[in-house]
Amino acid sequence: MDIGPPILRMLIVDDSNIIRRRIERSQQIDRLEVVGSAANGVEAVALFRRTNADVVTMDLTMPEMDGIECVEQLVGINPDVLILVISALADKATALEAIERGANGFLCKPFTDLQLNSALEELLSES
Amino acid sequence: MFRESELKIFIEGTLLIFETLTSQPASVGSPYLVTDGKPGTYEYAGIIDISGTRKGMVYFTAPKGMLTVLLMRMQESDTGEANMRDLVGEVANTISGNARRDLGKGFVISVPNVVAHSPEGVVTPHPRSFVIPINWRTHAAKLVVCLQ
Repeated sequence: MDIGPPILRMLIVDDSNIIRRRIERSQQIDRLEVVGSAANGVEAVALFRRTNADVVTMDLTMPEMDGIECVEQLVGINPDVLILVISALADKATALEAIERGANGFLCKPFTDLQLNSALEELLSES
Repeated sequence: MFRESELKIFIEGTLLIFETLTSQPASVGSPYLVTDGKPGTYEYAGIIDISGTRKGMVYFTAPKGMLTVLLMRMQESDTGEANMRDLVGEVANTISGNARRDLGKGFVISVPNVVAHSPEGVVTPHPRSFVIPINWRTHAAKLVVCLQ
């Protein structure tokens, strides 16, 4: 019997409720199950510990703890986590810094549903 | 010193966000300079403080009617006050963040601060601002760029 690839738990981190809901609504990857969302880095770290998520979408400009620091903390907890940074910060230096800290991909806001799903597919191809 | 030619960065960012989020393009009117410190606001304003290599403020301001339709075009069913504030802040954040493609990492942006129903609550740090009028469907909004 073909049981297919395993379901991966996804956490959405963004200080915008609209964006969190949009990512959840728009992502159409069968293998992904959204297990929670957080509005800042502090919430994200706590939720990550509770849910043991496999995949995280991460905003960068957030209150309390920004996304770059949060990426570093999540990777410290689980080096195998797959992190897609989704941010409006469009300069190359920021994207490179996020990757250096442990993120696996970068999607610039604003994004279409197609761009979101393509970025997630590419992210999962690393798993 | 902020140069008028750099307005193009913000105009392109504004057009991109409307096109991407709604699949309906916006148009912009001729930008104009305000020197009395009163560039004006609609019901909601999403304000980004700028620091680093540039100092000042960028804000996107729009009426409730535009934000309501924008939310609907984004398939968002909740058009309540919290999402109005969220959206106006997110638009300002996205336009400002995208400007770093040209202005670099030194163009440091804050998290959005939202002012609603209180035009006097928006105070620009300098008397001189550029205003970019935005038209989308039947609605008018504006982006205000107040940078040293």
